[in-house]
Amino acid sequence: MDYRTVLTTCTYCGCGCNFYLEVLDGQIIDTIPCKTHPVNEGKLCIKGWNVHEFVQSPRRLTRPLIRKDGVLTETTWDEALDCTALKLKEIKEAHGSDSIAFLTSAKVTNEENYLLQKFARAGVGTNSVDHCARL
Amino acid sequence: MIDKVKERVKALLTSGEIRGFLGLSNKYGNTGPHLFCDPADLDGLVVGDWQDPGDARYTLNKQLIHLARNYPDDRFGVLVRGCDERGLKVLYTWNQLNPEKVVPVGIACPQALAEACECPKPYPDEPVAGEKTEGCPAESVARMDALNVAGRFDEWLKEFSKCIKCYGCRDVCPMCFCKECTLEDDTLVGSGGIPPEIPMFHLTRAVHMVGRCIDCGLCNEACPADIPLRTLYKKAADIIDEEFHYRPGQELYAKSPFNILMQPSETG
Repeated sequence: MDYRTVLTTCTYCGCGCNFYLEVLDGQIIDTIPCKTHPVNEGKLCIKGWNVHEFVQSPRRLTRPLIRKDGVLTETTWDEALDCTALKLKEIKEAHGSDSIAFLTSAKVTNEENYLLQKFARAGVGTNSVDHCARL
Repeated sequence: MIDKVKERVKALLTSGEIRGFLGLSNKYGNTGPHLFCDPADLDGLVVGDWQDPGDARYTLNKQLIHLARNYPDDRFGVLVRGCDERGLKVLYTWNQLNPEKVVPVGIACPQALAEACECPKPYPDEPVAGEKTEGCPAESVARMDALNVAGRFDEWLKEFSKCIKCYGCRDVCPMCFCKECTLEDDTLVGSGGIPPEIPMFHLTRAVHMVGRCIDCGLCNEACPADIPLRTLYKKAADIIDEEFHYRPGQELYAKSPFNILMQPSETG
């Protein structure tokens, strides 16, 4: 028997609520909001309460996919990044920097959001940066 | 207080009487549930007093059910306060836990916590630590009862309208062990959208707490909108006590009024 309660931070949004994931023999079985954490003080929203259900979902993407001949095909990160970089360059050369926009996420860290806007502005040359939390 | 608890748990683990002890631990800079299997780990054991007495209480009985369902042949110890012990009695009665496989280690709550909880019995029958203090009257219920019916209804509608429908009151509840929940049955309560149906959502839950709620107050503490759910369930429990002379967790194997109402002889 291997029973653990593992403190972690919710990935659903940028609030940073903390909870314990209840792990029994390697399976996450429940979410327990942390009462002593200053961000959420033992409370969660409906998404946070159900984190244990999505973490192990068989429908989760675990590898990058590239559409080849109309079919989404599993690939390596190297190939996926090369493909993305090549396509972005092609679009920029053919239609200009402002033909590309970047949409960042509330589910990543502040630092990752910073990196993405930096890449958009300094790398690609566009100010078209938005964020899913504004939608 | 904590030394007496540690001493008792150490004895239980060392003798092999229990496979593990479900208690609370200070780890990662916070207090949370923890299963102690090794007597050498007991240094981290705490009773859940973070800034105030008992402000870091958790639904240990709920976690105990998870363990018992997966390891039904093993015996576990569990940290209990008065409310948790009421919970165990109801869970034994509803066959959710086997009393032969549970060893409660009880602590009595200090007066300040008993008053904050308006707890009717802030101690388990046989605490290993802490002094038994007097039960406290439910002043929150009396304040609500002082309003006339229309005023009371308005007050509750105002409270319910704050709800963000997180289901936290249900998810945290140590007595919510059903596999299918009425709050997710679209024929009774609309699911999958907000805001919740007011007051249907909350009153449906209140009815389902009848004969179940052991007045631990964890729903109040989990509610992001600060809805005083505990007051609502206390009132429902008062009505059942008046009508059927039953209060959940007071007596082991006492039948809930729901069981009495469903007796075939009475329903014909």
